[in-house]
Amino acid sequence: MASITRKTLVPVTSDVDILAARQQGKTLAVEVGFSLSDLTLIMTAISELARNIVTYAKKGEVELGLLGQGKERGIVVVARDEGPGIADIDLAMTDGYSSTNSLGLGLPGARRLMDDFEIVSKPGRGTTVTMKKWLR
Amino acid sequence: MEVPILKQGDYLIASVQAALSDSDLAELRDELSARAGRLRCHGVIVDVTVLDVIDSFTSRTLRDIAYISMMRGAQTVICGIQPEAAMAMVELGMTLEGMHTALDLEEGLALLDRMARRHGKHHA
Repeated sequence: MASITRKTLVPVTSDVDILAARQQGKTLAVEVGFSLSDLTLIMTAISELARNIVTYAKKGEVELGLLGQGKERGIVVVARDEGPGIADIDLAMTDGYSSTNSLGLGLPGARRLMDDFEIVSKPGRGTTVTMKKWLR
Repeated sequence: MEVPILKQGDYLIASVQAALSDSDLAELRDELSARAGRLRCHGVIVDVTVLDVIDSFTSRTLRDIAYISMMRGAQTVICGIQPEAAMAMVELGMTLEGMHTALDLEEGLALLDRMARRHGKHHA
């Protein structure tokens, strides 16, 4: 079972908070010891999820934590909101699909950037995306 | 964070100085398209060397800047995309179709000069 330490919570209510979430993510990922390429992948994924919160739910939060499992270390990012939720997750995970006028790469793209990706959503109740990246 | 925009000959050069929020990006797009027309510029350069992350919204805005100026008779070159940012963009699935890019500002200016010569426009 993975243990999560050093949790940081970043409230996300506007576009400026997207930058804050990504910066906090960078600080934590540096601590884990990720390479510059991995840092960039992690920051990009955080950016996509935080923007989804602002775009679809207006407000929510991004929780970041250090991940430990035996000798393995990593970072966990949880993006949580109580927004409209996603009716069709498979559709939302399709490249190029967007219910707004975006590129539709946010969710499927973030999944490609990270190692583990899990999405739980209930229409009308909100969405929680948990993603992890392990240090290699 | 406002992006300084310099005019050099009939080119506009926007040098991004720090991470940009979505509204900063939208402001940059609007400012560049307004100024390129007003100053009758034939080339626009957006230097993104300092950006450590180029997410989908940023890419889309860069693409919008390029398309808007193209419709108004100006070419855009995005220069300075960092190797790590480029890798993340590819993983994310982003494309910069129909856009010009250059390694750095110097190459960007040279590219605009070449395009201007091809179109018979003189760089003042």
